[in-house]
Amino acid sequence: MSSSDKPTTPVKSTGLHVGEIKPGVAKKDPILIADGVRRQFGGLTAVDVAHVEIPRNAITALIGPNGAGKTTFFNLLTGFDIPNEGTWSFNGKSLAGVPAFKVARMGLIRTFQLTKALGLLTVMDNMKLGSTQQTGEKLWASVFHFLWKKKDVEIETQALDLLTRFKLDAKKDDYAASLSGGQRKLLEMARALMTKPELVMLDEPMAGVNPALTQSLLDHILNLKKEGMTVLFVEHDMHMVRHIADWVIVMAEGKVVAEGDPYEVMKNPAVIDAYLGSHQDVDLGTVTGRITLPKQGKEK
Amino acid sequence: MELVATTRRTMGRLFAAVGAVVLAFGVLGLATPAHADIVNPEMPFKVSGNVQNNGEPVAGVTITVTGGGGFTATVPSGEDGKFVVGVPEKNADYTVTLDETTLPDGIAVVDNPNTPDFVEGNVQTASVGPGGRVAMNFFIGQGERHTVAWIDQVVQRLISGVNFGLMLALASVGLSLIYGTTGISNFAHAEMVTFGAVATFGLVHVFGDAALPLAIGLAIALSAGLGWALDAGLWRPLRKRNTGLVQLMIVSIGLSLAIRYLYQFFIGGGTEQLPGADSEKIQLFGEVSLSIVDMVSMGLSILLIVAFAWWLTYTKVGKATRAISDNPSLASASGIDVDGVIRIVWIVGSLLAGFSGILWAYFRPGIRWDMGGQILLLIFAATTLGGLGTAYGALIGSLVVGILVEGSSLFIPSDLKYVGALVVLIGILLFRPQGILGRKERVG
Amino acid sequence: MDVLGILSSTASFILDPTTMAYALAGLGLAVHFGFAGLLNMGMAGFMALGAYGYAIGILTFGLPWYLAAFVGIGASIVFALILGIPTLRLRGDYLAIVTIAAAEIIRLFLLTSAFVDVTGSADGLSGFNGPGGTVTNPIAGAGGFNDSNPIPDGEYGFPPFLDDERTWYLRIVGGIILAVGVYFVWRLVNSPWGRVIKGIREDEEAVRSLGKNVFAYKMQALIIGGVFGALGGLMLAFSTNVNSGVYVTSLTFFLWTALLLGGAATVFGPLVGSAIFWVLQAFLGLLFPALAKAGLLPFDSIQAAQIRFILIGVALVLLVVFRPQGIFGNKKELTFVK
Repeated sequence: MSSSDKPTTPVKSTGLHVGEIKPGVAKKDPILIADGVRRQFGGLTAVDVAHVEIPRNAITALIGPNGAGKTTFFNLLTGFDIPNEGTWSFNGKSLAGVPAFKVARMGLIRTFQLTKALGLLTVMDNMKLGSTQQTGEKLWASVFHFLWKKKDVEIETQALDLLTRFKLDAKKDDYAASLSGGQRKLLEMARALMTKPELVMLDEPMAGVNPALTQSLLDHILNLKKEGMTVLFVEHDMHMVRHIADWVIVMAEGKVVAEGDPYEVMKNPAVIDAYLGSHQDVDLGTVTGRITLPKQGKEK
Repeated sequence: MELVATTRRTMGRLFAAVGAVVLAFGVLGLATPAHADIVNPEMPFKVSGNVQNNGEPVAGVTITVTGGGGFTATVPSGEDGKFVVGVPEKNADYTVTLDETTLPDGIAVVDNPNTPDFVEGNVQTASVGPGGRVAMNFFIGQGERHTVAWIDQVVQRLISGVNFGLMLALASVGLSLIYGTTGISNFAHAEMVTFGAVATFGLVHVFGDAALPLAIGLAIALSAGLGWALDAGLWRPLRKRNTGLVQLMIVSIGLSLAIRYLYQFFIGGGTEQLPGADSEKIQLFGEVSLSIVDMVSMGLSILLIVAFAWWLTYTKVGKATRAISDNPSLASASGIDVDGVIRIVWIVGSLLAGFSGILWAYFRPGIRWDMGGQILLLIFAATTLGGLGTAYGALIGSLVVGILVEGSSLFIPSDLKYVGALVVLIGILLFRPQGILGRKERVG
Repeated sequence: MDVLGILSSTASFILDPTTMAYALAGLGLAVHFGFAGLLNMGMAGFMALGAYGYAIGILTFGLPWYLAAFVGIGASIVFALILGIPTLRLRGDYLAIVTIAAAEIIRLFLLTSAFVDVTGSADGLSGFNGPGGTVTNPIAGAGGFNDSNPIPDGEYGFPPFLDDERTWYLRIVGGIILAVGVYFVWRLVNSPWGRVIKGIREDEEAVRSLGKNVFAYKMQALIIGGVFGALGGLMLAFSTNVNSGVYVTSLTFFLWTALLLGGAATVFGPLVGSAIFWVLQAFLGLLFPALAKAGLLPFDSIQAAQIRFILIGVALVLLVVFRPQGIFGNKKELTFVK
């Protein structure tokens, strides 16, 4: 990847689906499949996804109005929450009942809507924490420096490389708490990449990011695909979705209401209905883009 | 009741011993000689015990210990009713005899209904086990021994438990409100409980025994003042600084230590009594009896709790309090003066705690510098059981804990009766952290 | 007023076994709270298990002292497991209440007269260190801790550290345990393992999302800290009798004060904190009564000796509010995160 400021032009992947486009359509090469996943909080059904497939090596956007259950769905897929019923699998392996840390070890990494940079660790320590299979993380081995020294140096090189790409290398010895909101988002993404994931799930990667940083964040996401990873992200900014997503899944009231190509899906009446209710004459990008209109309250 | 009182007093002495041990550490640091008296290298094991009449130590009673190999030793019981005899062998039996002619007139060794392994009569066999020691207690009573019917014991315990539970409730609803509105796990609540008792004691000292009702009234008012002062002087400034919850919890621990030892500074390490603590017991039916203080105490608790419930349910401030417990930011956004309500919560919580402290002083009975600390975990247990932050839950939780604590001593040694409540506390936190009345979404 | 006497008694506390016991338990608390963010308010329970496990191992099971020491340590590990399996999933303040309640349960079981044969009830246990200790016990007898002392009888050192061979042996044993412990913890927290538990302290969800088994790490931290607590209790038991009255919640709170004094997220903080804590305790405990006796304070000497306990509480409040990183800690190292 180049570290120049020239924006990367997205190369859209096409022909991801099989057959007629409808909610829950089958994909040629799905990496993640969810079936009948339902999560209730008391009387409220937060997520009720009948069937959905995420295409491999593509950028998929998960959109929907506030309270549509996107973050809850993320939590369910990654083991941070347990659904009342349903099955879901990653690379053909069932993830039902698999704890979050094991899901992560299988190559499915997620970030959080509210950034979770570890404030009182240095940026470099944050990065090193992302690396998997470290001998030095075992209790007894950790006491013996020589057992993990070599691996630690390797990790540091790898981390420094990533930090340079994310333009955080100058901050590597600072505490993460001293970073700006946007830098923390970058750090969280870079830290996720330290695990060498197959599928990266980003929960609102653009929320709270300084506009000056958005372009580089977009480039980073596009580069993930270039490097062979799959990206699934939640986003409210429709301009960004149109710009980089290869495929869009729309959720409303816990259900998948539409799927498709980013330009086509915006014309779907179900989507317009979900987003706008009665304001059907307004352009979607204006309504949901966060620059023109102030952002509504965070969904939980 | 006698044994309960006895156990409490023994525990009281123990706490005094704790103080002494801590002190000894501070001054000597190193090995404190265990028993300079009769236990020595030749007689390394010991038989020890207490002679007590209705919980009062009986001094100067002759105790004779005899054993194998012609071993005989005779000692008098000390001022504290205790005796210690060094014996040469362990894993051996000794005969311990209390010379009844040395007892004051009109009393004799009686059976104790509450301990299964109680000494029968004045001659007793003591087995010195592998630990090298054995303890035996002689309980002295009026004339012949008596047994209490099981059902009477159950009723007595139940009443006692309700009484204890109501007293706990007064303390725990305050703790619960404070937790609900501020998020503080207030360890210093124990000292707010003690405050009521200590203030009453101090005021009685000034105005005389006859002015007890006045002293109690003033002490309650002072308790309310303490709540206001703590909020204004400590908690409000910390709120303004946006101090974290863990920090606040540790601050409350520090505050608890400081106030606790301040009490010790003023009233000393011993136990003091309020006037009327030894009031006459009135026989209700069978062996079930209650003192007037017990009855007044229960009546006042119920009155105060009803008044509190009315306040919380119907007044504007009460409603605001519940709104804040439910959702502080929403309450604030809808125009409730959160800071003002929290100040009132501290005042009301402290007032109720102070009153419960006065009742606790009669229930124990006695005033001690750490008396609040003795029931702090029970208060936490009651609050948690009912659901942290829900005042009505705390009320129910308190009654459950009170009855559990008093009732459990029917089945387990009375010095383990608090264990049951603590186990419940842990169990609740593990399996239903939202408590009986709490809603699940609150947690997490 | 005997100023020199006070200063000399005070100075001796730097090398006192009690100070070392506090430092060991404080080191455990540092692992728990300072590094892993676990709010353990039941350290007194871990210490009680270390001390009683050792004493009961000798007196009831007739074990040699060095094996009995492992009974104490083993008991603390079992306690950590029993406590940790259900509670480590709980929120921080819940963990605090559960640990404090569990420690009280242990104390009540040690205190009850139901098990007097084993625990000595309110009298506690004594005589397990063998001859030269407080009370002779045939079982402990030869081969007890005191007997393992290779130092010939006599007085060694110079004032204020002029003491007999037993005191010096205690200091040396304590010093060795402490040195090894500090090195071990220093290694741990500066390793990738330490990185993970510090990450958990900051945000366990984030660490979980990176594929770390957060529960296992917290359990390991709980056990390691607990073992240091047991070592602290062991150190107390080496030096004197065991009594359940020592292992009260106040002990835990004093440990917290000592820990926060030195800095919770530092390896040397507990050492420095304990030394300051006990030196100040001893100093004020002698100074105030002396001042009272000299008529410089308007109360009697027993009251004067109590003032220092009030000051501990005040110090704890001030520390947490104004200097949460401790006297020597780095401000950036520990602000309370949760």
